[in-house]
Amino acid sequence: MSALDTGRIGAVVRKELRDYRRKRSIVVAMIILPAIFLIEPLLAVFLGSPNPPSDPSYRGPLLLLLLIPVITPSTLAAYSVAGEREQGTLEPLLTTPIRRQEFILGKAAAVMIPTLGLCYLVFAAFLAVVRLFADPVIATGIFHQGPILLALALFTPLLAGWAIVVGMAVSVRAGEIRVAQQLGMIASFPPLGVVVLMGLGVIEPTITAAISFAALLLVIDVVALRATSGMFDRERLVTGARAVRR
Amino acid sequence: MVDRLTKRFGERTAFSEVSFEVASGEVFGFLGPNGAGKTTTVRALGTLIAPTSGSATIAGIPLSPENGVAIRQHVAIMPEAPGLYLRLTVSENLEFFAGLYGLHHPGPRIKEALAAVNLSDRASDLCGGLSKGLRQRVGLARALLSDPVIMFLDEPTSGLDPVAAREVHNLITGLREKGVTIFLTTHRLDEAERLCDRVAILNTTLRTVGRPEELRARLFTSTIVVKTLSPLGDPDGLFTGVLGVEGWRSDDPCDYVLRVSDPKVAAPGVARVLVDAGADILSIAEAQHSLEDVYLELVDEDVEARKQ
Repeated sequence: MSALDTGRIGAVVRKELRDYRRKRSIVVAMIILPAIFLIEPLLAVFLGSPNPPSDPSYRGPLLLLLLIPVITPSTLAAYSVAGEREQGTLEPLLTTPIRRQEFILGKAAAVMIPTLGLCYLVFAAFLAVVRLFADPVIATGIFHQGPILLALALFTPLLAGWAIVVGMAVSVRAGEIRVAQQLGMIASFPPLGVVVLMGLGVIEPTITAAISFAALLLVIDVVALRATSGMFDRERLVTGARAVRR
Repeated sequence: MVDRLTKRFGERTAFSEVSFEVASGEVFGFLGPNGAGKTTTVRALGTLIAPTSGSATIAGIPLSPENGVAIRQHVAIMPEAPGLYLRLTVSENLEFFAGLYGLHHPGPRIKEALAAVNLSDRASDLCGGLSKGLRQRVGLARALLSDPVIMFLDEPTSGLDPVAAREVHNLITGLREKGVTIFLTTHRLDEAERLCDRVAILNTTLRTVGRPEELRARLFTSTIVVKTLSPLGDPDGLFTGVLGVEGWRSDDPCDYVLRVSDPKVAAPGVARVLVDAGADILSIAEAQHSLEDVYLELVDEDVEARKQ
């Protein structure tokens, strides 16, 4: 495989970010969704009763925050290819020298950048609110969850990466944006199973477990990215028919 | 050079055994009815789709999946619908594509491309606010950005008013003078006749290729049309035996269509016999067949053949 051109990847990222900024519904959806998913953890903190710092009940609000990196990017990711096709911009784009890997990476990065920015902003805001306004015993309990906080930091880009990659995979194949968005959303949830198991205590949340699962997610993300790149067939995207190579 | 290129989608043949050559700096017209395979041929040559069989060399590079990037670096394709990002400005659209072509400081190139299509003053406008004609011009500016060796233009004047269409024609002429090879797909036969050095007529298979005047000569016999003020007394006696006249018919009492071997040889003789006979001549003219006549003749032949 020839070297990827970072200039072309950068061009895709800049274009996408410009496009998002101009489409108010995208900006609103990206802000509203994390805000909605912040309500439940905050209610759990402010309506919960103080327990000893090692009490497992403190894991729940933090793990709920991991829904945000899964939910936030899936709409944009599903729009990435199906949207280009629907607005008639895909064919001119495919006539340029851009490679499919550059296209996929550029699109993925353009979704990842605002997603991570928003997620970490929301997490920081949550922790700041807990530290400043929550019952000091509960605040201590939340900040005592080292492995979960580490999981929050590590899993966020990896879960977002998974949601983006599967969203794009669906987008490459889907005929309509709406279908792509719905399927992309459904397909982005499976990795949350391990998070749920951690929350329920089935998997003991330790630093080692967090790092191991992060490493596994990273491998899955890379494999999924390569698979999505392989699904990107110019002929199929333009004509709807799979290319038959001689 | 395109050699026996074929594309099938399952049982359906988009185009079959298509062969032609286009010289550097030539404006090559690609004509054919809807569904004839023109756009699919352009997509195949632009490496968007893989041909089923046959071969081609584009800008000196053999057409193959491995050479896709190299070929796309040297060609520009302007699809019929310009496909612009409507929430971005004209210059932002061009900046994006300049990035995809690897232009590092695209500012001057963008200005040049916009000036070429007379859009310098609309650089900051959102593409969503432009008329169809202006969007078409932005699409053309985009195609000019990479300084391509070959430009594939699919209906570049579709939806343009006559003034804008003339500007596009002038642009194509200017590009030819700069040595750019233009592959022009069009339904406007007058446009093809005016702009193209050679044309190909495709109807799944390639029906003909040549200069417009060659195609006319190949398909139609030369004719001279004589119009007189009153019917001739003995037209058969007059026209038979005139050098170069091979036959005649009359569609109207005062109109005579003469089939001739060479109009330059036959016309003076026809004029002489008419004057000698005292005929009141209104006009003697060589019948001009347009490219449209050639096109319709070939396409009608196909329609008839399919009926049979």
